[in-house]
Amino acid sequence: MLELKNISFKVDSEGKDKEIISDVSLVIPDEKLVVITGPNGGGKSTLARLIAGIEKPDSGKILLDGEDITELSITERARKGIGFAFQQPVRFKGIQVFDLIKLATGKNITMTDACAYLSAVGLCARDYIDREVNSSLSGGELKRIEIATVLAKGSRLSVFDEPEAGIDLWSFQNLIEVFDGMRKKIRGGSIMIISHQERILDIADEIIVIKNGSIAEQGSKDEILPSLMGTADAVPECKRSGVRKDVEESC
Amino acid sequence: MLNMDEIQMRLLKEVADLHKVPEGAYNIRSNSQSVGRASTENIEIIPREDGQGLTVKIKPGTKNESVHIPVVMTKSGIKELVYNDFYIGEDADVTIVAGCGIDNCGNQDSEHDGIHRFFVGKNAKVRYVEKHYGSGTGTGKRILNPGTEVYQEEGSSVEMEMVQIKGVDDTNRSTIAELAKDAKLVVRERLMTHGNQNAVSTYTVKLNGEGSSADVVSRSVAREDSYQKFDAKLVGNAACHGHTECDSIIMDRGRILAVPALEANDLDAALVHEAAIGKIAGDQIIKLMTLGLTEAEAEEQIINGFLK
Repeated sequence: MLELKNISFKVDSEGKDKEIISDVSLVIPDEKLVVITGPNGGGKSTLARLIAGIEKPDSGKILLDGEDITELSITERARKGIGFAFQQPVRFKGIQVFDLIKLATGKNITMTDACAYLSAVGLCARDYIDREVNSSLSGGELKRIEIATVLAKGSRLSVFDEPEAGIDLWSFQNLIEVFDGMRKKIRGGSIMIISHQERILDIADEIIVIKNGSIAEQGSKDEILPSLMGTADAVPECKRSGVRKDVEESC
Repeated sequence: MLNMDEIQMRLLKEVADLHKVPEGAYNIRSNSQSVGRASTENIEIIPREDGQGLTVKIKPGTKNESVHIPVVMTKSGIKELVYNDFYIGEDADVTIVAGCGIDNCGNQDSEHDGIHRFFVGKNAKVRYVEKHYGSGTGTGKRILNPGTEVYQEEGSSVEMEMVQIKGVDDTNRSTIAELAKDAKLVVRERLMTHGNQNAVSTYTVKLNGEGSSADVVSRSVAREDSYQKFDAKLVGNAACHGHTECDSIIMDRGRILAVPALEANDLDAALVHEAAIGKIAGDQIIKLMTLGLTEAEAEEQIINGFLK
């Protein structure tokens, strides 16, 4: 279980303090999939980066299974079981997909082991295993490899920052299946996904809406999702991609 | 059996990946003396009369054979200049492995300057691997100044892999190449410098024949107080394709000067250069840290991948 207690975070904006996260307290319970949604610029990604340790809060505490991890580094948090998938996956010259998956597992794995993680995210493993994690891969391919590294790491809490960002409709359909599969095999862990996508919200156990750095709404999917439908916080994929602009309601 | 001590054997392994006497033709030079040499039916190794170098003659049509000519130096204070000429016959397809390892535990500089000339016949294919390595705790410098000249006849192809990852204090590498019609040259250089090391690499590639092409790519890392200069010039004298790229990472107080140059003397010459220098991207380190690596481990993995 991950617990945020009264977390606040400020940045310097043109010489003035700008509060990005204001006194946020929330819980990601064990064996639950929690989706964080809300308007762009509301602080969702910052919250994910605070959990991974990439940013440090100005005040408040972060507890993992009751242990205070607020002052721990990114590495220490990773070793304690926090996984993080970047919104924009990082590219590496020379590092191959196999190398990255091997580093994620922290073990001396075989090609076959590594291929299993790629297959799990819907990539034909033998086409990718010896590719470099560089610009020759498309946004959708990089995104799936990013998710495969988080799967390979095997975390207590896996955080995904906007997995739908920067990928095409076809890849997105496949990703939903990946997350749905993870949801079904959640035993012993928990998942936090930052997303605006109706179909991702639809597989959530709980939904938290973050606006202006604070929690605007929080509750089970059944409580929260109906009020979000048709707003920018729960967008059907076909509308996001501009596939069917003519359809007003759902598509 | 080679008459070499443990340090010499270790250097041999670093530069030529050899644990014992290689298959095929070879000459092993240790502390300015040949300690082992063999020719084959198709590849003849002839020592020069002055003892400072070799002439290697590869018969036309020789296929899938290799030549190893590693050099190791373990005595402090040696300075040598060696000339090796390679004549590669038409249609031959061979691998040539050179390389030099210096272990200097003394206080005098050790220097090996090797001049390699390649005369590559029509439609011949050559893969050339050259590794440099230095070790030893002495205050004497380990200096390597390789000069490479490549003359390619019509339709020939040369792939060169030049690697210097560790321990060479001072290096001034000069490579020149001249390509006839449809000849192809590919160069992959990997370089890492640290401490107060100094490395200069200069290329001049003349694309003289129609349809010739060159691809010269250097990847390098400059750590601590080291300095590197990469100077690559492609000259297009015919309808040809040329590409040169210098991609470098700087760390600590490392400095790099990249001087890519293109000269087109023919309307149909297509030449491209790219150069990029920068420190390791912060998000690369963060990504690997989120997988459980420390910052130092992350940096090491990024560099290893980059120089792979």
